[in-house]
Amino acid sequence: MRDPNAADGPPRLRLNPILCDGVGYCAEIVPELIRLDDWGYPIVERRPLEDGRLQRLARRAVAQCPRVALALTAAEDTRGS
Amino acid sequence: MIEVLERSGLRGRGGGWFPAGRKWRAVSDHVEERPALVVVNASEGEPLSAKDRTLALHRPHLILDGAQVAAESVGAEGIVIYLSSPSRPLVRALHRSLRERRDAGVREVPVRVVRTAHRYVAGESSAVVRRLNGGPSKPGFAPPYPSERGVGGRPTLVHNAETIANTALVARFGDAWFRARGTAGAPGTALVTLSGSVRHPGVYEIDVGTPLVDAIGLAGGVAGATAGVLVGGYAGTWIAPAAVAHLRLTPDEVALGCGVLGVLGGHGCGLSESARIADYLARQSAGQCGPCVHGLRAIADAMLRIAASDANPGDLERVRRWALQVTGRGGCHHPDGAIHNVVSALEAFPDHLALHLRGMPCHGWADGALPPPPRSTPGWR
Repeated sequence: MRDPNAADGPPRLRLNPILCDGVGYCAEIVPELIRLDDWGYPIVERRPLEDGRLQRLARRAVAQCPRVALALTAAEDTRGS
Repeated sequence: MIEVLERSGLRGRGGGWFPAGRKWRAVSDHVEERPALVVVNASEGEPLSAKDRTLALHRPHLILDGAQVAAESVGAEGIVIYLSSPSRPLVRALHRSLRERRDAGVREVPVRVVRTAHRYVAGESSAVVRRLNGGPSKPGFAPPYPSERGVGGRPTLVHNAETIANTALVARFGDAWFRARGTAGAPGTALVTLSGSVRHPGVYEIDVGTPLVDAIGLAGGVAGATAGVLVGGYAGTWIAPAAVAHLRLTPDEVALGCGVLGVLGGHGCGLSESARIADYLARQSAGQCGPCVHGLRAIADAMLRIAASDANPGDLERVRRWALQVTGRGGCHHPDGAIHNVVSALEAFPDHLALHLRGMPCHGWADGALPPPPRSTPGWR
């Protein structure tokens, strides 16, 4: 398995929907990348994050997820949702 | 043998039509670390499919031959035949065949038969791995993929039973022989299960690329006009009556899935069938992912109201919005399949839809043409 921190190139957000309980902190931290669906579960933008500010916010969303469902992965790693 | 299989162009018959050779290559690339495991997936969670159980019942040795070839080729030290209950005749047939091979003094890779609860998603390859690791037969989140780290951390080759049987034939007769039938993109034959309004429902073998109407003809045809066909199973595509005549059964033209052909005659209503199927698939969610749990339930409830000609204002618009919102957001493809079925029904049957939305009664809602979805059973093992 790839170490997400060893990513070369811009990272992107990746959600494990099995772990996610729809707590929703992520959408409050970075609404530019994450909005909630009709039931309060996050819809995550999959585009590579070039922008430094977005990267920082995304990193915070990852750190704040109580379910450890969010991760930053290498942009070219298109696996998962 | 891996090269022969790659040249044969065999693609997986479990539903995904993934190149079998590429799967073998991926597993054999990981065997340096640990010996691999071969899993023959005959769990057949698709309610309208009977091909794997039919094949295993009537040609068990072909499946066992293929499993042995696969095990030798990728470097596996064990084989598991994965079945869903109730499957007593199947278990008996397989054990009898295994005994016959032992009695004949053939030295082979050891085979184990494992059963699991009948669940729609239990045959998904990551669910197979979880079940064989002692857990529930619920899908897991990849990576790692089974070919990398599967059962007991070993590289695991999970193949549908029909695919495995085909590998036995490729090993015996060669890749050129295999390519002589089917299409260039998807060589070989495929087992299809015909159900619904055909005269003789059952399992038939066709060349990949056979016109849909010819396949229906094999099952004795339909009395009267065809009102639509569900191709590929519960996660499949509804074909509108006018499109039935032109469709060829290849995975490059339509999601052929596990080869299910559910045929509607006369008064059949694809919208009603789709609503019943969506309801079943919502109940078959593994309950792990929010979008699947809530989204499929909501979509199915709205579809059931539409099918009963009792829709709330906005139901159709909500179904369309939820379909876009939920697709691609499960840990596995279960919600995607259910939504694909619903969306294709809305597209294929606009006249029916208009009727239902006006509150007009529909024969097809009262009497289904397809066998009704089974009752959901509890348990995940």
